Amino acid sequence: MYFLAAEGGESTHNPIIPLWQEIVVGSVAFAVLCFVLMKFVFPRMEQTFQARVDAIEGGIKRAEAAQAEANQLLEQYRAQLAEARTDAAKIRDDARADAEGIRQDVLAKAREESDRIIAAGKDQLAAERATIVRELRTEVGTIAVDLASKIVGESLADEARRKGTVDRFLSGLESTGAR
Amino acid sequence: MFGQANVLAAGQAGFPPTVEDFYLPSILPWGVENSYWFTKITAMVWIAVGVLIIFFLASYRNPQLVPTKKQWFAESIYGFVRNNIAVDMIGRAGVRFAPYFTTLFCFVLLTNAFAIIPFFQISPNSHIAFPAILAIISYLLFNYIGIKQHGFVKYFRNSLIPPAPWYILPLLIPIELFSTFIVRPFSLAVRLFANMFAGHMLLLVFTLGGFAMLSANAWLAPVSVLSWVMTIALTFLEFLVICLQAYVFTVLTASYVQGALAEEH
Repeated sequence: MYFLAAEGGESTHNPIIPLWQEIVVGSVAFAVLCFVLMKFVFPRMEQTFQARVDAIEGGIKRAEAAQAEANQLLEQYRAQLAEARTDAAKIRDDARADAEGIRQDVLAKAREESDRIIAAGKDQLAAERATIVRELRTEVGTIAVDLASKIVGESLADEARRKGTVDRFLSGLESTGAR
Repeated sequence: MFGQANVLAAGQAGFPPTVEDFYLPSILPWGVENSYWFTKITAMVWIAVGVLIIFFLASYRNPQLVPTKKQWFAESIYGFVRNNIAVDMIGRAGVRFAPYFTTLFCFVLLTNAFAIIPFFQISPNSHIAFPAILAIISYLLFNYIGIKQHGFVKYFRNSLIPPAPWYILPLLIPIELFSTFIVRPFSLAVRLFANMFAGHMLLLVFTLGGFAMLSANAWLAPVSVLSWVMTIALTFLEFLVICLQAYVFTVLTASYVQGALAEEH
């Protein structure tokens, strides 16, 4: 592929002395290379590296923020739950107390009512008894007088005598009944 | 190989190879000796520049946060030089030099690699002009950085006066001056040039030696084969040298910049 210089050529080269043409070509070529790579490629690589670092660190930061928010929410929920439990317990206690109160009230009222009813019944009974006694007394008197008149055959129209006789009889009847 | 065989058959190339084997006839105008504007060497330099530009522009035309394979490859080259050379040697301040170091590393690596790529088979860096340019840029770079960082006087005081007892300074200052400001660009350029020159010369010796022995005596054919096997083995060695020299050149440049930036000697 390549041609080797002929032996015993026209000129001899000293390998340690640079050829000025090659210095020019090399300088230009390397300058072009430096310009393109250092201007258009490697700074962009730095940018990409930086963007990558940012992306990773940003991701970590976002995750940390989300974690913190989640923790905060959890605390909040726990606090709310505890509060709700306390409230529920309080409500239950109140309800129990209320129920007890109501029961006591109802009992008291019922007792009062029953007492009242009993008392009213007693009063009524007493009143009715008194009425009956009074009526009976009159009736029994009349009947007894009538009966006595028929038996005796005479009219005991005399008011005073009749009253005294009947009362005496009834008193005797009552004391007999009481005995 | 076949080209060389033809050349040998035509009696154009002799054994042993000489320095003249490194100076090929010009391509444009065709076949003219001692015309250096457009030779195989300069053509390879332009090809290296073109390949690198096209590769990097194509793989970084549309960069993504999640890279494609090509983008990842381009990034890992840059990342290697940035993190393992620039940042390792200079520290965080080295990031701003990473673009130049990467360009330098890629250019040296690819032009070196031409030494063993079929049909190229010679490195432009075996001509001292190219290593010299790169060494001069490194030299100017580290001196410029040092002067910009510390100011002219302080930079030279830092560089020339090591922290040593006063009575040893008359000995140390000339040594420092010589090693820092005179030897450095030469050692950079010559190290790369000599490695590539010697590598090419070795491959020439074993390749041409095989042909020379074969044409001298048919009974030497087995030794010729051994010589060519050696060529293959040396090609692997050359591969190592190619990578190592590109790395060394870049690391030394970074080290010089680091020295110029350092506060103390």
